[in-house]
Amino acid sequence: MCLGIPGQIIEYVDREHGIAKAQVSGVRRNVNVQLLQQDGDEPQAEDWVLIHVGFAMSKIDEEEAQETYRFLEGLGQMYDDELKDLVDSDIE
Amino acid sequence: MKFVDEYRDRDIAQRLGKQIAELAGDDQYKFMEVCGGHTATIYRHGVEDYLPDNIDLIHGPGCPVCVIPMGRVDDAITLAEQDDVIMTSFGDMMRVPGGKGSFFDSKANGADIRMVYSPLDSLKIARNNPDKRVIFMAIGFETTAPSTAATLMRASQEGLDNFSVFCNHVTIIPALKAILDSPDLRLDGFLGPGHVSTVIGCRPYEFVARDYGKPIVTSGFEPLDILQGIYQTLVQLREGRAEVENQYSRVVPWDGNPKALEVMSHTMELRPYFEWRGLGFISHSAMQVREGFAAHDAERIFDVPGVRVADPDACQCGEVLKGVLKPWECKVFGTACTPETPIGTCMVSSEGACAAYYNFGRFDRDRVQEAVS
Ligand code: SF4
Repeated sequence: MCLGIPGQIIEYVDREHGIAKAQVSGVRRNVNVQLLQQDGDEPQAEDWVLIHVGFAMSKIDEEEAQETYRFLEGLGQMYDDELKDLVDSDIE
Repeated sequence: MKFVDEYRDRDIAQRLGKQIAELAGDDQYKFMEVCGGHTATIYRHGVEDYLPDNIDLIHGPGCPVCVIPMGRVDDAITLAEQDDVIMTSFGDMMRVPGGKGSFFDSKANGADIRMVYSPLDSLKIARNNPDKRVIFMAIGFETTAPSTAATLMRASQEGLDNFSVFCNHVTIIPALKAILDSPDLRLDGFLGPGHVSTVIGCRPYEFVARDYGKPIVTSGFEPLDILQGIYQTLVQLREGRAEVENQYSRVVPWDGNPKALEVMSHTMELRPYFEWRGLGFISHSAMQVREGFAAHDAERIFDVPGVRVADPDACQCGEVLKGVLKPWECKVFGTACTPETPIGTCMVSSEGACAAYYNFGRFDRDRVQEAVS
């Protein structure tokens, strides 16, 4: 639950509630981006974000995203467990 | 496994290690990595192999599962065992031992306890089960608290009255202060937590430098980040400075995430005090649901026993969480207490110092062997 996983925004599915579809490590899941919607600014399609428990918490660039994936994959079990939970996630 | 692939990384790590050794000279230094994520990296990647012996890394209290007191686990189990209740929580929470077992034990006895990835998954369970009362066991520092907060707001908007939160969110600053005030420990500097800081930013750490004269460097989670963080801390000390620095600026904005802070303070407020496993009661160190969201506050809806359970005699998690003891110095480490049958919380989450020692790295295994034999 403490791992931040990078995700790339694909499209909004429910803008009002800040729900967007994102590509997160091989799967597509809905994530909540409302915490990055401020002052008229919000994540756009193709932007990378760091996701914690289903919420995008910070914007990152693509290089950081790839570097983070590489690091997470090196964690083994710890990352696998997190991904398993993520795969089961079904946020609306 | 050491550094994942690159020889390049290993080269840089060696070079950083050498620079750190030169800077440190013959002096002895103790640095605390506040965050459990750091601890996991340090053992997973053998970061200490790159450091001279006179730099000692002390593991801090920044593992949210580790600091949950036994009484709170028992309270949660009591809630889970009420009629018509579905208890939901992060997977990390399932094996945390309370006085009367863990969520796993209670589930085996028939309680409906489900693992979720996100509090929003819990909300969905509530929507789909209108005749059940769904509770989300909320744990974590400021990294996860805004997610609980946003979920509370959504539940309130939807009028989803069968959803509530059993709030156990804790805040990192009072814990840091408790450690700085503890006479047991003399630390020279800190690696500040990475993800917590994406929310709170770097300013809240200013008191560490200003009031205690210690440097603190917010650091990322990769091995090189940690070495770089140690290097920056040491440079400050050698130059006679104590400041807050941000090594992880590629993810952590100096001012954090204002929107996340806003939803948090809209839905939650500080409790007068909260018990931390091993650290005891710390004032204003945890959050509770605000009155405006009382309809979704498990502590107001249900009768929470509020039990206090002393840690088992054999358990030395408190000393480990304060960094006074190394995990393998605990008497039950690796014998009575293992990740499969944890006695203490530090053995549960992979970010707990004891589990990190137990699971990762030959280097430490050897040391553990020596110590145990
Ligand atoms: S070995 Fe077990 S009981 Fe001892 S400090 Fe670690 S988690 Fe706690």
